[in-house]
Amino acid sequence: MSHIWSMVFQRLALGFLTLFIVSLIIFGATELLPGDFAQEILGQSATPETVAALREKLGLDQPMYIRYFGWLSDILRGDFGESLANGQPVADLIGRRLGNTLSLALYAAAIAVPLSLGLGILAALFRNSFFDRFANASALTSISFPEFFVAYILIFLLAGREGLFPSISSFRTDPSFTEYLHRAFLPALTLTLVVTAHMMRMTRAAIINLLASPYIEMARLKGMKPMRVIVKHALPNALAPIINVVALNLAYLITGVVVVEVVFVYPGLGQLMVDSVAARDMPVVQGVALIFAAAYVLLNLTADVLATLSNPRLVHGR
Amino acid sequence: MGFFTGLFWLAVAIIAAMAAGWVFRQAAIAVSPKGVAKELRTAPLTASFGMLMIILYILAAFFAPVIAPFSETEIVGREYQAWDNVHLLGTDNLGRDMMSRLIYAARNTVGIAFITTALAFLLGSVLGLLAAVVGGWVDQLLSRAVDVLMAIPALIFALLLLTIIGTSVINMILVIALIDSTRVFRLARAVAMNIVVMDYVEAARLRGESLWRLITREILPNAMAPLVAEFGLRFCFVFLTISALSFLGLGIQPPTADWGSMVKDNATLISFGDITPLLPAGAIALLTVSVNFVVDWQLHRASGLKE
Repeated sequence: MSHIWSMVFQRLALGFLTLFIVSLIIFGATELLPGDFAQEILGQSATPETVAALREKLGLDQPMYIRYFGWLSDILRGDFGESLANGQPVADLIGRRLGNTLSLALYAAAIAVPLSLGLGILAALFRNSFFDRFANASALTSISFPEFFVAYILIFLLAGREGLFPSISSFRTDPSFTEYLHRAFLPALTLTLVVTAHMMRMTRAAIINLLASPYIEMARLKGMKPMRVIVKHALPNALAPIINVVALNLAYLITGVVVVEVVFVYPGLGQLMVDSVAARDMPVVQGVALIFAAAYVLLNLTADVLATLSNPRLVHGR
Repeated sequence: MGFFTGLFWLAVAIIAAMAAGWVFRQAAIAVSPKGVAKELRTAPLTASFGMLMIILYILAAFFAPVIAPFSETEIVGREYQAWDNVHLLGTDNLGRDMMSRLIYAARNTVGIAFITTALAFLLGSVLGLLAAVVGGWVDQLLSRAVDVLMAIPALIFALLLLTIIGTSVINMILVIALIDSTRVFRLARAVAMNIVVMDYVEAARLRGESLWRLITREILPNAMAPLVAEFGLRFCFVFLTISALSFLGLGIQPPTADWGSMVKDNATLISFGDITPLLPAGAIALLTVSVNFVVDWQLHRASGLKE
């Protein structure tokens, strides 16, 4: 048992090392600027004195590693600096939007994960049937669709004249839970459609891989029902790859929200990031990129740890 | 439009596409030399439909000025005109001819995506093969650098880099090529790793072949098949990323016609039940689906995979 915990610990340590390096890249990227930050803020016409004064105020006259650790410790305390565009603290800008983005991703995952696991199991059960072929072709098709295509088709079908759902899901005041579900339904459905096909296909592949093994044949020869063979015997062993795929797709959801949020004018982090990129508002972009990257790394890390823990051969040892 | 009429037209479209694929396959088999014709016979209908579409896109890209009825940027009418005989697909938000812009965009969007993919491949495969052949600290350095770059989600990293160097077409090409070359590097290195341990490579080394010759003449020919399939897939990803960036207003800039930004510019029409803005998005989807179908067939054939 101690063996597995040391493995988990190793993964965690590696994950945090990755996070550290990612923060280093996101910070270091600004060093690629031709001039520097102070020059960038003040523009070409600034006098050398004002640039030097701002440089001192921002601490740009200090060596890079000191600035990096200053920046990092500020962020760990929740201080992301100030927006260049409007002087507001970045943490305030991010705060509420982070909650919105997370709830959208969660909403989509709550639909997509059960749906794709269910469909994947069915496709494995009825493999090479018409249903399976159809699922396969639609999976190939759906990974080829740009997110905004899916989003606009849904708007066309569900929000147009019949107006079942609003095509714009912005909200100022706190909506009630049911109102939120209604308003955010189309963006969540778009994200669901984008990830379901891939998750389903991987679930199917993971189960089918196992169906060739002798112990499954044994179960079948015993006269077990096909559904029971899959759910009771194949599924537990297919858990590790399935967890991996689910986490990979959740990580994809986190970045996929950028485009979807813009389509539906959803007040989330993605929209903030796109606006800030156009305005070249570096502190905001850095902050949002750091949050997205951290979520991505942490999800992959969780998947790794869960996959290790769900492997019976590792848990029980020899 | 009811759900079932929609389903009906979907079925009609699929059947028509398959029929077009079948006709194309028969025609291609008839005109191509014997060896190629034999290969073509193994193509499933999806793949032949994909090949037909890719050829049509390439034709549209090359002969855009001949086919398009109007110029790319000229304002030829009122804003948002409906479909009629002169402007087959109506006009866009500034009164430019939608049909002509759709055709010109084949040239711009596909061309830029192709250049970007080629650049990513050049960078990724050369470094990947180099890492595999040289090994040692070169391999370690490159591989760890790629690991780190891959830890940040691609779209987010692209947005971060574009903030720093500013948004323009050249910058976008460079940024996406850099990010995607990490994925190519991974594959090229993995494929080459299995080849460099073979005896004939050892013999070539002992004969004193230069590094460049070793890579291009000994390793590359044997690593070609997976790399070509990856080129197709990578093209799809690059194409989708560029479209997404252009859609967000951070990629190909107006007045250049481009499918991603055309969707954005005319999106308001969708709420009024007009499908015109879906056409450029559909053009993107159709090309990526087609490439995927062809790559799927090639991969299937190369691996001898029967499942």
